[in-house]
Amino acid sequence: MNSRIKNLRTKTREKEVTVSHERANLITDFFKTHVSINESIPVQRALCLKHVLENKKIFIDANELIVGERGPEPKAVPTYPEICLHSLEDLEVLDSRLKVPYKVSEETTAIYKEKIIPFWKGKTIREKIFAAMEDQWIDSFNAGIFTEFQEQRSPGHTAGGELIYQKGFNDLKTDIEQYLENIDFFEDKNALEKKEILNSFDIAADALIAFANRHADELEFRAKGEKDSKQKLEFENMARVCRRVPANKPETFHEALQYYWFLHVGIITELNPWDAYNPGRFDQNFYPFYKRDIENGTLTREAAKELLCCFWIKFHNHPAPPKVGVTAKESNTYVDFCLINLGGVTKDNQDGVNELTYLTLDVIEEMRLLQPSSMIQVSRKNPDRFIKRALKIIATGFGQPSVFNTDAIIQEMILHGKSVEDARKAGASGCVEAGAFGKECYILTGYFNLPKILEITLHNGLDPRTKKQIGLKTGDPKTFDTFEQLFDAYKTQLEHFIDIKIKGSNIIEQINAKYMPVPLLSLVTEDCIKNAKDYNQGGARYNTSYIQGVGMGTIADCFSSLKYNVYDEENISMEKLLDALKKNFEENDFLLYRLDQAPKYGNDNDYADEILKTIFKVFHGLVTERPNAKGGVYRINLLSTTCHVYFGEITGALPDGRKKGVPFSEGISPVQGADRCGPTAVLKSVAKIDHLKTGGTLLNQKFLPDFFKEKKELQALVHLIRSYFKMDGHHVQFNVVSEETLRKAQKYPENYQDLIVRVAGYSDYFVDLTVALQEEIILRTAHTSF
Amino acid sequence: MLENSYVFKIQRYSIHDGPGIRTTLFFQGCPLSCHWCHNPESQAKPLKTNGEDMDRVAAGLMEEIEKDLIFYDDSGGGVTFSGGEPLCQPQLLFRLLDQCREKEIHTCVDTSGYGDAKILLKVAKKVDLILYDIKLIDEKAHKQYTGKSVARVLDNLKQLSNQTAAVRLRFPLIPEMTDKDENIDRIIVFLKEDTIYRDIHILPFHRAGEGKYQSLSMKNYMEGIQPPSKKKVLNVKEQFESSGFSVTIGG
Repeated sequence: MNSRIKNLRTKTREKEVTVSHERANLITDFFKTHVSINESIPVQRALCLKHVLENKKIFIDANELIVGERGPEPKAVPTYPEICLHSLEDLEVLDSRLKVPYKVSEETTAIYKEKIIPFWKGKTIREKIFAAMEDQWIDSFNAGIFTEFQEQRSPGHTAGGELIYQKGFNDLKTDIEQYLENIDFFEDKNALEKKEILNSFDIAADALIAFANRHADELEFRAKGEKDSKQKLEFENMARVCRRVPANKPETFHEALQYYWFLHVGIITELNPWDAYNPGRFDQNFYPFYKRDIENGTLTREAAKELLCCFWIKFHNHPAPPKVGVTAKESNTYVDFCLINLGGVTKDNQDGVNELTYLTLDVIEEMRLLQPSSMIQVSRKNPDRFIKRALKIIATGFGQPSVFNTDAIIQEMILHGKSVEDARKAGASGCVEAGAFGKECYILTGYFNLPKILEITLHNGLDPRTKKQIGLKTGDPKTFDTFEQLFDAYKTQLEHFIDIKIKGSNIIEQINAKYMPVPLLSLVTEDCIKNAKDYNQGGARYNTSYIQGVGMGTIADCFSSLKYNVYDEENISMEKLLDALKKNFEENDFLLYRLDQAPKYGNDNDYADEILKTIFKVFHGLVTERPNAKGGVYRINLLSTTCHVYFGEITGALPDGRKKGVPFSEGISPVQGADRCGPTAVLKSVAKIDHLKTGGTLLNQKFLPDFFKEKKELQALVHLIRSYFKMDGHHVQFNVVSEETLRKAQKYPENYQDLIVRVAGYSDYFVDLTVALQEEIILRTAHTSF
Repeated sequence: MLENSYVFKIQRYSIHDGPGIRTTLFFQGCPLSCHWCHNPESQAKPLKTNGEDMDRVAAGLMEEIEKDLIFYDDSGGGVTFSGGEPLCQPQLLFRLLDQCREKEIHTCVDTSGYGDAKILLKVAKKVDLILYDIKLIDEKAHKQYTGKSVARVLDNLKQLSNQTAAVRLRFPLIPEMTDKDENIDRIIVFLKEDTIYRDIHILPFHRAGEGKYQSLSMKNYMEGIQPPSKKKVLNVKEQFESSGFSVTIGG
């Protein structure tokens, strides 16, 4: 690491995170004074973005090679009052909470009090959503049956494709012009709407070009006043880059990186989409530029690495937007889920690993930053040494990169109706979500609490916590003679709640389509221009909405225990079990012991695994292919991020012996500590799920460091991964840490400030996690080496 | 997991008991009682069970073995019969070896070499790789640290050397017991004069079995003994190599 990078890295790591009022202030001015009610909503939104990008402060650090900040300075995080409005209390919580604070200045609080809150109260998307939801949705939401992704952030979950490396914004403007001319005002009843949409895209293109030009101006200005000739040259060169992109198609590696970065800042300034935005297939998109520059002799490997490091710093400068309400108290991460994809196959289906792949892995190892997150796509065509290179980084205990199965992703995409080429250019974004990069709007709608629905089934539709009859009356479980009767009742409840969720999400999609178009994101998402439709209206080539199942391991173990103990072996009556659940197993160790005898998911045992398969089939069947509001369909994926902790908190004792309030299993991993037959047995169990029918599954495996120590261990891990992927497993990630280390870190956090662990689809500082999450990670089974 | 009185433990994802990813079956019962034994619970003979059907026992174990086929195939792994001493249960061992061969599963037998020569030679015909321990060459020391005479171990190895079976020799490097220069020199001489083997795997002592002794109320001779230093391991490696051996550290 050279001194430039060292300097930038230290600054980005040490800089305090603050809430910036800049954006909120600018958009309030815009909607107060500049906007004309004659403009259509899409055009208003585009002009609003333009207003922000033309007036926000330009920040350039003298050390930087890639420029552009969302806030007035690094780690100053803007707010999005048109989506959700922070109250003064929220700001106070953000400022004062011990873990992961966002500092709020007195000035910001004052502006919020006097200007932002009075203007936006009653006008936010969040308020529109809650007002539009029916009582049963609200009751289910409050009971913790599901969460709602769109209540604080705009729809996102998308990654950039290859379009921007082939076209500059001026080229896109020419395309827009073409489509504008082709609008048929005689036959097309949506002609006017289409015109407004295309105009909004055109304005958004101008807005980002203007933003880049402002950087070019500033850099030229600095160059003029610079005495140091080397620095002067550097400013001039950067100014030239900013003058060229995004207006023109990039020609060099530097231009391609800067182009992407302006776009990234633009998209996360326009709104606060989930997962920020993502450069997608990093080594595929950037390799042609890298290769050409190296061959021309205009770039060295070292210079390329320096640019990449600068690029990495930019992501780290941008923490996730701060939450509001209860989530502000509980949400504990700055991570915003940008996931760099490396490896996989090329669009013509060849080994995609190239020189830039390895160089980027070097950067990931050396930078060791939580953002951006990184992953490797492993195809059967990729060489083992690629996996081993990644494993050596994983072995350093930083949770990155995670490991994905390219061959499974391609099959998932094709099964979901994507073209073969689009499938090969696909990848995973966020935690583990597969998508056709640059061509798909694939939004997550919310986590779905599978075990809670069992609790409600066992109470004949009543939620024992909120004391509301939110479910259907499917019968008193004491009257069920067979396991099948019980399972049917669960199915009925599941269907009931999925209906509520989907109905709500369809309404929310229509609210966003109508009130919150995103012209800039649409501009770079294929086929929005062609369809003259916004990203949030279904303009993209593919439109998928996901429901994320949570607690697969827990629900499988619960049904296994019920089947084994109540029906098959008749060890315990339903009446006694329900009574014990009510009392949270108090003083009933013998019963807990009995419950523990039931077969458990994660041990390659068909008794439990077959139950899991059945649950999967039912959940998949009830959701998949149901239409959403954007012309696409609903699908499922299986991940929990940190939601298994929240869902566990609001769920009582369960038949697998889990006590009230304890976190559920996470992702598709077995219940913490229930897997006792080693990693091959876990992988076998987990692979019994039909991964290809999902849009992503998340498996966490905790290994002790000796698992990674020598060549032989690494080679075995390569085979372990290959075998899992042969069984169509979607993803696996590794925590390499001992329990002893984690316990010490809990006791002496001051000595473990740098300890990073894999949480779910992302890594985080262990000491920043809530105690509940820390405990959950410690309880996961750690595989040792034999 | 289907463990029984014949096999006290089944370990999946074993990567130090032969090539690739393996499932190791630990047989109950061992005639030796090595001071450094990692599996002291395996030393007692298996409980007598009245007329249990060996075919059925083998079938149950095969089911467990076959669970990880996909991992064996990818990594060039298979199953390892260890212990205890697998040669002590020839009826079960032969059945398992035959069935694995029929199903094309790679097999290793991990043996102390202390067993009936006839059984060993029969195993040699059925197995893909024999992992054979050579610990101490001095009769007195062998008796002291393992409880039995060394003659049989050496003689069996000589006989094996006349067969075609693949053998991987393993030398447990135990501080203060097997690590003396003289012991190593004499092992080298024996191997060169009486066998065809010129490869050896050094297995440095580790303390994995430590906790077991207390719970079994057995005397732990290794108390306070530290694993050999890296330098010591490299010295021993060098000692073998300078006599023309090819050396690997670890299983």
